[in-house]
Amino acid sequence: MPVVLATDLLVWLLVLTVAAFAWYCRRRAHLAAPWARVFRSRTAVAASVVLACYILVGLLDSLHYRPALPARDAGAVVAYSVEARSLLDRLLAPLRERSEKTYSAPLATRLYQREQVELADGRTAREFPRLRFGGAHLKAEADWGRDVALRTLAGLAAGAVLLGLALLAARGILVRRWPQVPWRAAAVALGFLLALAGPAVALAAGYHVLGTNQVGQDVLYQALKSIRTSLVIGTVTTLVLLPLGIAAGVAAGYFKGWVDDVIQYLYTTLNSIPGVLLIAAFVLMLQVFLDNHGDWFPTTAQRADMRLLGLCAILGLTSWTGLARLLRGEALKLSELEYIQAAHAFGVSHARVLARHILPNVAHIVIITLVLDFSGLVLAEAVLSYVGVGVDPSTTSFGTMINAARLEMAREPMVWWSLAAAFVFMFALVLAANLLADAVRDGFDPRVRV
Amino acid sequence: MSAALELQGLRTVLDTPEGVLRAVDGVDLEIAKGECFALVGESGCGKSMTALSILRLLPDVGRIAGGSVRLGAIDLLALPEAAMRAVRGKRAAMIFQEPSTALNPVLTVGRQVAEVIERHTDLRGAAVRRRVLELLRSVGMPEAERRMGEYAFQLSGGLRQRAMIAGALAVDPEVLIADEPTTALDVTIQAQILELLKKLQSERGMALLLITHDLGIVAKMADRVAVMYAGEIVEVAPREQFFRAPQHPYSQKLFAALPGAAQRDGSLAQIRGQVPPLTTAFSGCRFTERCDFAFERCAREVPQLRALEPAHRVRCHLREKERAAPRAAAAGILTARTARAARALLEVRDLKVYFPIRRGILRRTVGNVKAVDGVSLAVPEGRTLALVGESGSGKTTVGKAILQLIRPTTGSVRYAGAELTGLARAGLQRYRAAMQIVFQDPYASLNPRMRVADILVEGMRSLGVGSGEVDRTKRIDALLDQVGLPAAAKSRYPHEFSGGQRQRIAIARALAVEPKLIVCDEPTSALDVSVQAQILNLLRELQERLGLAYLFITHNLAVVEYLAHEVAVMQQGKIVEQGSAVQVLGAPRHAYTKTLLEAVPKVD
Repeated sequence: MPVVLATDLLVWLLVLTVAAFAWYCRRRAHLAAPWARVFRSRTAVAASVVLACYILVGLLDSLHYRPALPARDAGAVVAYSVEARSLLDRLLAPLRERSEKTYSAPLATRLYQREQVELADGRTAREFPRLRFGGAHLKAEADWGRDVALRTLAGLAAGAVLLGLALLAARGILVRRWPQVPWRAAAVALGFLLALAGPAVALAAGYHVLGTNQVGQDVLYQALKSIRTSLVIGTVTTLVLLPLGIAAGVAAGYFKGWVDDVIQYLYTTLNSIPGVLLIAAFVLMLQVFLDNHGDWFPTTAQRADMRLLGLCAILGLTSWTGLARLLRGEALKLSELEYIQAAHAFGVSHARVLARHILPNVAHIVIITLVLDFSGLVLAEAVLSYVGVGVDPSTTSFGTMINAARLEMAREPMVWWSLAAAFVFMFALVLAANLLADAVRDGFDPRVRV
Repeated sequence: MSAALELQGLRTVLDTPEGVLRAVDGVDLEIAKGECFALVGESGCGKSMTALSILRLLPDVGRIAGGSVRLGAIDLLALPEAAMRAVRGKRAAMIFQEPSTALNPVLTVGRQVAEVIERHTDLRGAAVRRRVLELLRSVGMPEAERRMGEYAFQLSGGLRQRAMIAGALAVDPEVLIADEPTTALDVTIQAQILELLKKLQSERGMALLLITHDLGIVAKMADRVAVMYAGEIVEVAPREQFFRAPQHPYSQKLFAALPGAAQRDGSLAQIRGQVPPLTTAFSGCRFTERCDFAFERCAREVPQLRALEPAHRVRCHLREKERAAPRAAAAGILTARTARAARALLEVRDLKVYFPIRRGILRRTVGNVKAVDGVSLAVPEGRTLALVGESGSGKTTVGKAILQLIRPTTGSVRYAGAELTGLARAGLQRYRAAMQIVFQDPYASLNPRMRVADILVEGMRSLGVGSGEVDRTKRIDALLDQVGLPAAAKSRYPHEFSGGQRQRIAIARALAVEPKLIVCDEPTSALDVSVQAQILNLLRELQERLGLAYLFITHNLAVVEYLAHEVAVMQQGKIVEQGSAVQVLGAPRHAYTKTLLEAVPKVD
C-alpha cells in the first residue's frame, strides 16, 4: 500500500517545479543561454553528476509504501505492516536486514569487542567472535584477503562495463544533442563514482563495507538513508525561506520608508534571539503536540516525517534574515539606478518594476544564497541533531549518526567509521553543491563573461 | 636634448576569453627632458595600457610581449621586480584619473605623501613633515598644515588631485605620467590642475607623458602629440603642425567630430563603424574600414609610420604622394539658430528641492541641503534649452524634479499649462508619455537582464502606446531604424552593445512613447568624441524631424554651442544667467559664466 509522507509530496513537487522550470527555460533562448554557459564549465558538469547520484538516492528514498504482511490463510483481508518502507529500503534490504550484535570495523569478519564465547570443548574464552553476516561465506578466515581483492576487482570490472555502456549511450544521444558540454568531465566524475560504487556493491554482498554501529546496523545503509534527510532539509527549507526572504528584503529595499523600518525591526529582533533556543523551543512544542496526537499518524515514519517537516519550517523561519538583508542592500542600490528611474518615468507600476527590473537583477544573489544555504542547512541539521533538537531519533540523518558517534570517538579502541562515513558523504554533497553554485553564479551574471 | 623616456616596439597583450588581445602593438616614442608629450586617442586604443606598461603595473591578465622601455640609461623591462619598485615613484611617477579612488581612505593625505618620501629617501621624522608641507604648498593646497592631517573624504575632487600630484612629485621624478588627470574634474578645476602641472613641469624640467582624449587639453599643454588608434601610433607631430594640418584621416576625423559653434548649422562629422577588435590579426591598415579615403591597397598592405618631416610621422599610404591640406580653422561665430515663435511647452517656476538632514533617534530635521533653490525656466516647443553647470550645481536634480522622479519641495512645474507638482502617481500617468529622460551612463540606464525589445516595449505597454502587440513590434522596428540600429538588435541584451549603441537604445526607449520633451542628462559625457558626434547628430536630426524639445543638461560648453537655442547657467542650486545661446555664450554678463567659458581648453 503506498504511503505518501508530507515531505515526499513536497520533494516530488520540487522535482516537478524544477522540471517545469527547465522546460520553460529551454523554450526561451535568453534563459537557456546562461544555463548553457553553466554547463560549459567542467567543474559544474562534474559536480552535477555527483549531485545527480545523491538526488537519485534521495528520490528512491522518497517513494514509500507499507509492505503487505504474509497472509495467514488464504482469503483473509490483506494486512499491512505498520512500518513504512521506501523503494531504497527494498533495494538495500540485504544491508538493512543483516545486522550484527554491535560494532564491527569496515570489511571485518569479527566483532570489534571481546565476548565470552563457549568453545567447542566446553571451555569459555574471551575473544572476538565471528560476525553473523560479515564474511560469513568464507570457509576459512585466511581467505579474507583474496576474497576482498577478488570482489574489488569484480566490482571495478562491473563499474568499467557500466561506464562503457553509459559512454556508448551518451555518445549516441547526449553528445550529439549538446556537443558543447564537456562530457569528458562528466565521464571522469561518473567513472570515479562507479570505481567507488562497483567495489562497494560487490563487497556489500558479503561484508559490511563501512562497518556497523553500536547496535550492529550497517553504516553504509545508514549513510545512504541519511542522504534523503539532508536533501529534504536543504531543499524543503528553502520553500519557506525563499518567499519570506525575497518578499521582505526586496520590499524593504525598494519601498524604503516605514516598510523598511518595520522589516528591519523584525529581522533585527529575530536575529537577536539565539537561533538554537528558538528552534529548541519549537521542536519541543512540536514533540509534545505529536505525542498528544499520536493517533493522527498510522506509521511511525509519518510521525517522524512530520517532525522533519516542522524542523524545515522552523529552520526556514529563522534563516530568512540573511537573504533578506542581502536583498535589501541590493534593492536599495538597484532602486536608485537609472533604468529603474526610466521605468518610473514611464509610469510602470511598482509590481512590474519589482518583477521585471528588481527580481531578475537579484536572481543571482538568490541562487548563490540558496546553494550556500543548502550546505549551511545540511550542516545545521547535523548540529541540531547532535544537540538533540533536530530530527526524530528514529530518522536516520548525518546529524544522528554524528550524535551517536560522539562517544565512539572517546572509546578505546576508537570507533571511527560512523563519523568518517557521515563526514565523507556530507562533504561530497556540500562540495558538489558549492561548486555548482559557483558555476551558476558565473553563468548568470552578465557582467562575468565566462 | 636627450630622451628621458624611450619606448621601442612596445607590445603589450591581454589574455582574454576571446583570445590574445594586442592592446599595445609596437609603440615607439621618446620624450625629452622638460617636454610635454600628449598621447591622444579614444577609449580602448591602448593609451592607458601603454602608460601601465611603462611602469609595469599591468593587470593580471596583461603581459609585455616585446619591445623595450628605457628610462635614461636603464631598460625597465629587464629590471627585476624589486628594482622596479625603486624606480616607481622615484624616477617615474604616475597620476591616475580618479583621485577619489587613488587615495587610501584610511590614511591622512600627509601620511600618503610622506610614505613616498620615506620609501625613496633617507629623510625621517620632522624633515619628512617639512618636505610634505613644502610639497603640498607647491601644488597649491590651501591651508597646507591643516590639510596634511585630513583624510581624502574631507577634500574636494580638485584638492585630492593636488594631493595625488604632491605624492607623485615627492621625490622629483624624471618622468611623470598623467593618465587623464582631469577627466573626473570640473572644467574650472581642470584649468587649475592643468596650470599647476604645466608650472611644475617647467620648474622641475620633468618629462610629462599626458594621456588624454581631449584635444583642447592637448592644444593647451603639449609640445608634441601622438595619436593612437587600435594599439598603434598613427601620427606623431609637434603641436603646431598637428593642429594646423593633421595628416592621418583618423586625426582629421577627430577634429571634425568636435562639436562647436562652427558646426551649428550642419551635422558633425562622424566616424562610421567601430574600432576593430584587437584580437584579430590585421593584414592592412587598421582604420581602413572606417576611412573615407580608403583604397584597394589599404586593406592589403600594412602602412608604416613614415616621416613626412623629421618630426612629423604618419601611418598612412595616402601620405606617400601628397600632404593633406591644412585644417579649416573653425570660425567660432555663434549664430542664432533660426528662431521660430514657439510657445513654452514646459514652464518651471521657483522650483526648490531640499533634502532634509535628519539627526538623532527621532530623526528630526535639523537642516536642509538646498540642491535646487528657486529655479525658473521655460522650454519652448521644438527647441533646446541647455542647462549648464558644474558637478553639484543641482542641474540633474532639476531634471528629475521636472519629471517628478524626485518630488520638488515647493514651486511649480507646468507641462502645456497643466500643473504636475502634487499629482499622485496615477495622476501623473497621462503626462508620462509627453516627457521622457535619457541618462548619462549608458551602462547603468539599461536593465542588463532584459532584451532590447522588452526594454523598448515596456513604456509602450505601461502607457498604452500602440494598439496591440503586433503594432508595438512594428513600432520597435521603426524605432530601431530611427536611431540607426539593425532590427536584429531586438533580441539581444544590452551588454552586447558598445556605449554609443547603448545610448541609441536609451534614446529609442524614450522615443517609444512619442514624447514632446526629452530631458537629456549629460547623454554624451560618457562617450568618446566620435561617438558623441553620432549621438549629437541623432538628437538634432530627431528634433528636426519630430519637433522634439530638449532640456539638455550638460557641463560641456562645446556641446552647448553646437546644439542649444537657449542656455541657462546654474551654480549652487540657482540659475545665475539665462538667455539665448548667442547672448550667454557670446557676451556673458555674470562672472561665473565668464569663468566657465574661459576655463574650457580650446582647440583653436
